Amino acid sequence: MKIAVCIKRVPDTETRIRIGGDGASIDESGVKFVVNPYDEFAIEEALQRKEKAGGGEVVAIALGPDAAQETIRGALAMGADRGVLLKADKVPADALAVARALAAELKDGGWDLVLFGKLAVDDYNHGVGPMTAELLGLPCVTAVVKLELEGGRGVAEREVEGGMEVVEFALPAVLTADKGLNTPRYPALKGIMAAKKKPIEIKPAALGEARVAVTTLALPADRKAGRIVGEGPDAVGELVRLLRTEAKVL
Amino acid sequence: MANVLAVTEQRDGALRKSSREVVWAARQLADAMGGAVDALVLGGPGVDAAGAKLGEAGADRVLVAEDAAFARYAPDGYAATVAAVAKAGSYGAVLAAATAAGKDLAPRVAARLDAPLGTDVTGVAFAGGKVAATRPVYAGKAVQQLRFDAPLAVISVRPNTFAPGSAGKPGTASKVPAVLESRVTVREVKAAEQGKLDVAEASVVVSGGRGLRGPEHFALIESLAKAFGGAVGASRAVVDAGWRPHAEQVGQTGKTVSPQLYVAVGISGAIQHLAGMRTAKVIVAINKDKDAPIFQLADYGIVGDLFEIVPKLTEEVAKARAG
Repeated sequence: MKIAVCIKRVPDTETRIRIGGDGASIDESGVKFVVNPYDEFAIEEALQRKEKAGGGEVVAIALGPDAAQETIRGALAMGADRGVLLKADKVPADALAVARALAAELKDGGWDLVLFGKLAVDDYNHGVGPMTAELLGLPCVTAVVKLELEGGRGVAEREVEGGMEVVEFALPAVLTADKGLNTPRYPALKGIMAAKKKPIEIKPAALGEARVAVTTLALPADRKAGRIVGEGPDAVGELVRLLRTEAKVL
Repeated sequence: MANVLAVTEQRDGALRKSSREVVWAARQLADAMGGAVDALVLGGPGVDAAGAKLGEAGADRVLVAEDAAFARYAPDGYAATVAAVAKAGSYGAVLAAATAAGKDLAPRVAARLDAPLGTDVTGVAFAGGKVAATRPVYAGKAVQQLRFDAPLAVISVRPNTFAPGSAGKPGTASKVPAVLESRVTVREVKAAEQGKLDVAEASVVVSGGRGLRGPEHFALIESLAKAFGGAVGASRAVVDAGWRPHAEQVGQTGKTVSPQLYVAVGISGAIQHLAGMRTAKVIVAINKDKDAPIFQLADYGIVGDLFEIVPKLTEEVAKARAG
């Protein structure tokens, strides 16, 4: 199986966001960057599929700045065979521009599967995966929590409001991974050492024109300070009264 | 002058609540742009009945793409049909709801139309001849304003954010061809437990965390959620521990929710959790630690043993709602 996994470098989810001097991006000083958590499910799935197939290649592709090499290195430490960095000083807010650059890289690659995380936890975009699939003309299932592959065909399950959608498709296909698909492995020391010797190819991202501009980024409005109604079960009566008469939600 | 295409969503032939929100959001945007609202309904035979209500919800024209293959969400066919309709008219924006289907559909449509995409937006505007949108990022830790530098933008709007409105007039209805494509096929939709509410759609969410000490104690959360008529949510810690399914997780790697009432039980309030529920209208926190960060966000807090507080609250809420 030849599998591409598209990954993104994002601030850790425990990061406290500060707005940068330009008023349109975050202040990155002191921010710890990690691989997008949903992309870890994609990497793990790729590795398991390759292991099950008894051979093949897993390639981790990231679009981003030089520092995204570390993100790729993390995927290599988990077990990916090689990496590709599509270099861009900044990841544009235009998901279609990103998808174009990825599609240009993936085109004619002979992939059986192209995997993504279901969304990026920084800009909360979930468009790049399905857009890349459209540009490549490949079948696509998003937010996959369960996957079966058998003889060039696949069945995926995705969560929808009040149930699970069961989707059939043929390979090659583009899938985006949701939490629950698998449990990502921690890189072992051996993997981390091996990753240092694995190749990362670096080339400029063919981004083209970006047509989505972030005009401002701001912190959300503060909530009005609340109050402690009381302590222990004796406070329940007062809480219910407040929910009824003041908050009017009961 | 540009019009707005509102893509609606039905299940089993009935329009979903988010469809009225999308149509009204489209109405406001179209009014700002000096254009009209076309609402598109995709579904199986007889779905035009669902479309009949959309004029009153704010649409000038209702377009119906009816085909047996469209009874369920059909990712490629829906995308091809929306794109064909969008290309045939003079639209400045295509709007859909950021539901499970809408999140899947909007990027496909944008790629087919070569149009920029804005997802899960909480506000739309038209300024300086361009469509703009407001959307939370970093799971709600920040809010960004986007400007689309193109004649057409594809936008998905967050459910429960735009209030539905009423235009007080019927729209005209017409049929449009269903474009059938199927690289992938939705074989079935396995329904969740009967009557189970989705945490992202419910107007009341009761979430439990580590403070419950074990999965068996989530019965307390389920009972309280039932008393409120709401859905059960969970913190990342308890989902990672395998106590609850990921579908219930609220926070940066789970769902972002905006219910009328959010009750956090035994949740201390990690920053990634707070990001996912801070837009709730009213927040109640129950925690034994008076210094827990959740109390800084909560409108009402009770400090104490949840095992004593929750059963009493369940009883009182049930009484209040019955009476």
